[in-house]
Amino acid sequence: MKIKLLEIAHGRSGDKGDAANVGIIAYDDKGYEIIKKYLTVERVKEHFQGICFGEVERFELPNIRALNFLLHNTLGGGGTVSLKHDAQGKTLAAALLRMEIEV
Amino acid sequence: MKEKIRIASGQGFWGDLIDAPYLQVTEGEIDYLVMDYLAEVTMSILQKQKNKNPKLGYAKDIPELMNRILPICKEKKIKVITNGGGVNPEACAEAVLEVAKNLGIKDLKVAVVLGDDIKDKIDEIINAGCSLNNMETGESIISVKDNLLSANVYFGAFPIVEALQKGADIVITGRTTDTGLTLAPMIFEFGWSENDYDLLSAGTIAGHILECGGQASGGNFLGDWQSIENLENIGFPIAEAFPNGEFIITKHDTLGGKVSFETVAEQLVYEIGDPKKYITPDCVADFTSIKLEDLGNNRVKVFGIKGNKATETYKVSCSYSAGYSAVGTLTYSWPQALTKAKAADKILRARLEKLNLTFDEIRTEFVGYNSCHGPLAENIDENKINEVVFRIAVRGNDYKSIERFGKEIAPLILTGPPSVTGFAGGRPKPSEVVAYWPALIPKNLVSPSVKLFE
Repeated sequence: MKIKLLEIAHGRSGDKGDAANVGIIAYDDKGYEIIKKYLTVERVKEHFQGICFGEVERFELPNIRALNFLLHNTLGGGGTVSLKHDAQGKTLAAALLRMEIEV
Repeated sequence: MKEKIRIASGQGFWGDLIDAPYLQVTEGEIDYLVMDYLAEVTMSILQKQKNKNPKLGYAKDIPELMNRILPICKEKKIKVITNGGGVNPEACAEAVLEVAKNLGIKDLKVAVVLGDDIKDKIDEIINAGCSLNNMETGESIISVKDNLLSANVYFGAFPIVEALQKGADIVITGRTTDTGLTLAPMIFEFGWSENDYDLLSAGTIAGHILECGGQASGGNFLGDWQSIENLENIGFPIAEAFPNGEFIITKHDTLGGKVSFETVAEQLVYEIGDPKKYITPDCVADFTSIKLEDLGNNRVKVFGIKGNKATETYKVSCSYSAGYSAVGTLTYSWPQALTKAKAADKILRARLEKLNLTFDEIRTEFVGYNSCHGPLAENIDENKINEVVFRIAVRGNDYKSIERFGKEIAPLILTGPPSVTGFAGGRPKPSEVVAYWPALIPKNLVSPSVKLFE
């Protein structure tokens, strides 16, 4: 069965220098098991091809059913250096929720 | 000791809802109003204002706000804590005292926290063996030293605690952490010590939830956002804190928005790195220890928080001048809106090349198509897009090139693809690029001080 991440999770993203932080929160425990299993560093890196040009770090927060990703070298220099319309990566959580997973 | 205190967030950044702090002090009972005004680039903007006028350099909204809320705060015994002092907390305090005087308010105690501004001490600090290496690149600050616009140490909650102990009604700081503003009243009221790492972490996490204002109470909520009611009248979050480190996030009943497990969880993951090591000057908080319980009625209990001893360093936020940038936009309509915008981009780039201008970067985005999600944007039939904004930005050290770029946008209207509009406001002008330089400094090289104005 194919599901879109948007159906089982929400989240928020922002900037940390030139890195973007993308926090993804599952709506329930079952959803958390899915994101924990499928949202690997490799999968997220592949998803953000052409957007994230650096390393991807992944952290687990099982207490709130969340994963936190740090996407390095993503915001075009960050802060006011960046020429990007979304210089602070505010829309990148939504971008990750576009992902479709086969479960 | 009080059994509980209510700390209200009044501002998530400089430019946030003007009425939010007013509503926090009028729509219900609170003990403290905390307001964060400082983003990384804000300090450099304030420094420039201070360079032009030594009486400026703080968030200018503050005196005006105080004029509205001081009589209420005085009557209800609400204390105000803000980092809006920017690079000139003393001038801010004087402006607030002037407001108080005009309102006929006597015995107002305003305290400022000083010592965070190290811009004029960089050489001293380097000589003391701290090269303020960039935390991201490892480079020594010497490479940008001559272009430095501002350099400030992030202080934590304890200088504010000292100010409260001295009887301050209003505490104005420079570069204090957003979280320290909320943690400080808890330390002060509940008598927490520097070694109560779990408690300090709890207060720090309360601060993290409050620091972005409405973002914890239904604003920018990516869950079921349409279910959030009355956002036009959003109530900013309030932390109801207890001496044992537990706290409840809530808001005034009369105001809109929503506080739920989901709205708080979204704010918890905002702009964090390693959740086990949320480093502040006061402690290292562990976000994986947080327990959330949605009590209903816009009340979320936060408890179980653990943390560790603070590190030996303070974070330093420096900003330096790094060239210029400019952004131009034009709007293309159906038919073939996107195709036209792409053609305009090609023409403009060819013209820029012919002019032999030098840029470090040129970036094109099509707003309405891919400016947010880039290559992840769904492929759509270019002929079906109703309209698209062609957005092109340039950055570089050569002012003349950036300026000339600005003169090449409008001519596209008469000399490029058709059905184009949206050129208002004149030529895009070069604006100075302020780059950010994060570094660490041993705590023993700087010392915060508190000054009381009466």
